[in-house]
Amino acid sequence: MEKTFKDARSALDGLLFDGMTIMAGGFGLCGIPENLILAIRDSGVKNLTVISNNAGVDGFGLGMLLNTRKVKKMISSYVGENKEFERQYLSGELELEFNPQGTLAERCRAGGAGVPAFYTKTGVGTLIAEGKEHKVFNGETYIMETGLVADLSIVKAWKGDPQGNLVYRKTARNFNPMMATAGKTTVAEVEEIVELGSLDPDCIHTAGIFVQRLIQGEHEKRIEQRTVRQRETV
Amino acid sequence: MPWDRNQMAARAAKELKDGFYVNLGIGIPTLVANYIPEGVDVTLQSENGMLGMGPFPYDDEVDPDLINAGKQTITELRRTSYFSSADSFGMIRGGHIDLLILGAMEVSEKGDLANWMIPGKMVKGMGGAMDLVAGVKRVVVVMDHASKSGEPKLLHECALPLTGKQVVDMVISNLGVFEIDRGKGMTLIELADGVTLDEVKAQTEADFKVALR
Repeated sequence: MEKTFKDARSALDGLLFDGMTIMAGGFGLCGIPENLILAIRDSGVKNLTVISNNAGVDGFGLGMLLNTRKVKKMISSYVGENKEFERQYLSGELELEFNPQGTLAERCRAGGAGVPAFYTKTGVGTLIAEGKEHKVFNGETYIMETGLVADLSIVKAWKGDPQGNLVYRKTARNFNPMMATAGKTTVAEVEEIVELGSLDPDCIHTAGIFVQRLIQGEHEKRIEQRTVRQRETV
Repeated sequence: MPWDRNQMAARAAKELKDGFYVNLGIGIPTLVANYIPEGVDVTLQSENGMLGMGPFPYDDEVDPDLINAGKQTITELRRTSYFSSADSFGMIRGGHIDLLILGAMEVSEKGDLANWMIPGKMVKGMGGAMDLVAGVKRVVVVMDHASKSGEPKLLHECALPLTGKQVVDMVISNLGVFEIDRGKGMTLIELADGVTLDEVKAQTEADFKVALR
């Protein structure tokens, strides 16, 4: 089956519907599926629930979906400096569910692995634990968290082959591998689609079974906090 | 004289031991990396998916695919490994990280920690803080002893929503160092140079024992 599509718009054809849940990989602006986010912005879809660690910045990344008011609810661990997000949240237009970052990552991993729920000590004794099942294992208290799945997962990798095998680069891996497993459909965008056989099978991060559609795209890779040191001059 | 930011970071660095895997929070904890003692080899973890975090890059080394948990550009070392967020928090939650140094808004005498939310203000989220305080073996807080308006931050009970309950092992403030026996109580073990016990008492709501070293 052909998994490769010519662009983000054609790769999303027939997958989008109002009220759907979308997982989007990335940490801050690092390793985000820029082209697919843009194509979702330009589609007519609305009332989205978006599961992503962060919400982009004003006018870039998932921030672009906020600006066009496509998002009804975000599930995130940290929403940072995003004025439009803050405005929509404070005015009640946008619903927000905070998950601890590790809990969010594990919920995606569990969802993709067919695990409906798991116990964690993260958040015990905090607001996060309210209303959740508590259970004691070996004298320590844990809370139950549920696995997450999405109608669509959009992820970004460095390289991919026509079978959908993916390799990520450095810290741009982050949430992408788990989210790739937790979508009913997963669309990946990569910097380069390489020939079958050119990726080392021992070094593939996401096996192609999790990826239904694949595109190659250009990436701006905007940097949120450019932090440098100075060379000492002799 | 109370300690300044760098002196607090230098004191926190004394908690590092050879071979430790360490996660440093944002702010003063980041400065701890500048004071790693001679002969002590530590590996820094960044919870977005990296072990072996190097210094900030030179201008021509900046790589948008290589950032720390504060979204700052960084560099890799020869020992570096990368992994997913699930693996990263697996090593955190699973107790494989030896030491966490982070900031706080409030700490209680039983070791409760609040640092993510002020009711009535825009909440940005807890990020990885709840996972880190719940999972890392030893948790050291570095913070000013009192708020900017002079209110104590070491309290009987935290007033702000908690990040973790009974999770803190040590507090290093600008006035001194406290050890916390989680769930039991805290002990003042060091004073900053020239700071008196009375000064500490005046700025502390929490009950504490004194066993100066």
